[in-house]
Amino acid sequence: MADAALSTSAPRRSLLAGNALPVAIFLIFALVPLFATFRAEAYVLSLVTRVMIFAIAALALDLLIGYGALVSFGHAAFMGLGAYAVGILSSHGIQDALISLPVALGVSALFALLTGIVCLRTKGVYFIMITLAFGQMAYFTASSLAPYGGDDGLTIRVRSTLAGFPIFSGDRSLYYICLICLLGAYLLCRALVGSRFGRVYRGARENPLRVSTIGFEVYRYQLVAYVIAGALGGLSGFLLGNATDFVSPAYMSWQRSGELLIMVIFGGIGTLNGAIVGAAAFLLVEEWLSGITEHWKVIFGPLLVLVAVFAPGGLLGLAARLRRMIRG
Amino acid sequence: MSTSLLIVQTLNGLQLGVLLFLIAAGLTLVFGVMDFINLAHGVQYMLGAYLAVMFYAFTGNFLFALILALGAALLFGLLLEFAVFRHLYDRDHLDQVIATFGIILFLNQGVKILWGASPLSLPMPEIFSGSVVLMPGILYPVWRLVIIGSGLGVALVLYLLVSHTRVGMLVRAGATNAAMVSALGVDIRRLFMIVFGFGTMLAGFAGIMIAPILSVEPGMGDTILILAFVVIVIGGIGSIRGAFIAALLIGLVDTLGRSFMVDIMRLFLAPSPARTVGPAIASMLIYLLMAVVLYVRPAGLFPAKGR
Repeated sequence: MADAALSTSAPRRSLLAGNALPVAIFLIFALVPLFATFRAEAYVLSLVTRVMIFAIAALALDLLIGYGALVSFGHAAFMGLGAYAVGILSSHGIQDALISLPVALGVSALFALLTGIVCLRTKGVYFIMITLAFGQMAYFTASSLAPYGGDDGLTIRVRSTLAGFPIFSGDRSLYYICLICLLGAYLLCRALVGSRFGRVYRGARENPLRVSTIGFEVYRYQLVAYVIAGALGGLSGFLLGNATDFVSPAYMSWQRSGELLIMVIFGGIGTLNGAIVGAAAFLLVEEWLSGITEHWKVIFGPLLVLVAVFAPGGLLGLAARLRRMIRG
Repeated sequence: MSTSLLIVQTLNGLQLGVLLFLIAAGLTLVFGVMDFINLAHGVQYMLGAYLAVMFYAFTGNFLFALILALGAALLFGLLLEFAVFRHLYDRDHLDQVIATFGIILFLNQGVKILWGASPLSLPMPEIFSGSVVLMPGILYPVWRLVIIGSGLGVALVLYLLVSHTRVGMLVRAGATNAAMVSALGVDIRRLFMIVFGFGTMLAGFAGIMIAPILSVEPGMGDTILILAFVVIVIGGIGSIRGAFIAALLIGLVDTLGRSFMVDIMRLFLAPSPARTVGPAIASMLIYLLMAVVLYVRPAGLFPAKGR
């Protein structure tokens, strides 16, 4: 493909360009609180906190879609599990993140392991639908949890603490915790993709038959990736529960899973940076348009269509093509 | 669990199944023949209902409204095909997902602007508005029987079209291997348009037929879309026969599950947990079914392609 040819002819430049974007992204995230002090601090902080939380889930989804061609349509379930872990433990008086975070990660990883064993037997569209099925099962299970609010959801009265310190309580400290988690998730995903494990996993996306002929058991590699992505979804849910002080079955709805998918595709799949850009673009455009008109979806819908038709590869794909056009 | 309730709920299940079949038939063909994921298929169903309400307001006659709405739904579907979908046929599935998702957002909000957010209703034709005595003591609304009858009629026509006409043969061939059909000199783009238009009309028809017993509101197509996807995946993508059987299966399992799951749960559980667990299990029953089917047969019950 053209992209591959381009990158081999100028490997050094593309390496630099590959790192300039994430550095810029994280610099912006780090500096937002400084500028936020000038106007509507609480609003800006909570909006960008939300962006970073969804970016973590989008990163996890990109790990599946972009690098493994495993299009999961049930990823919101993991976020919901993470958020419910915080909510349920908190309602029993257990607030410390030293307990609730491992529980959130563990429960979502376990759910990923059990469902992954079944889901990964299928391919393509059937995989999309079976992940949807498990997502829906989680959703209906959550809405039947009568002691924890059922359909109405559960208010999380006390945010998590870390070893007794209420670091999740302040807007600003929660913001930086989310930033650290996002950075950690990003670096983890990058390391994974670049590792020996990642090479086999990516190879299985291109041609599972060849990879298994060489002697790798594709299924196992995909299962490990699925569990990691599930745990990252749980992390994102853990943070979301703390940020919104609330959890409800709607966190696990298929619409939410669809939104996560759209974020990743909108930004550009298989780049990791695209997942963060996509989550930010989706949530910020949504926020901006809904401020202009209550009928913002009439504008946002066609925007998605335009991106799909004219910018395959999402926003990052579009940016890359523009750069190429400018350079001639 | 009385017998009369069982009969009534079985009929309700059939009615839901037939409705799902009308939507899933178009979806499975578009998917099977064109390899195109059309999330906007659900809004076509919603649009059918809205158009029928609008034309009913103009004409005051259900039959005229039905015909005009079908025509308008077809035109709108072809317009969408021409303006958007055509550019996405050879693209990645994910591009199709994002584009058709955009169309859902646009149309759901669009009908809200045009017709308001509050639910509308479509009166059913006078002669079908009553109930009929099925057995002593069992009354059943005639309109639901009409829906079942017309759905089965459409299924029969589809069967004849697909298995006994030249176009049907091409459609089947296209679902198996579109590239080969094209190589043999068939204008595959035109075939796509026919299939797409027909599928759109069927979804619109489903929306019109159900409008008198459901409220017509924005977003009504979203839930049914997911159910239709469940149907085509269980049936095997591209298979009309599979879609028919899976649609009836899903309709019956879902309806009967919702009516009897609490009673079934009572056999194992105390009444109070049974009342909370029952509905949850009933809601997830079809997804459970799908997961089991896909686990046993990863390409659905009647795969059209040998993959």
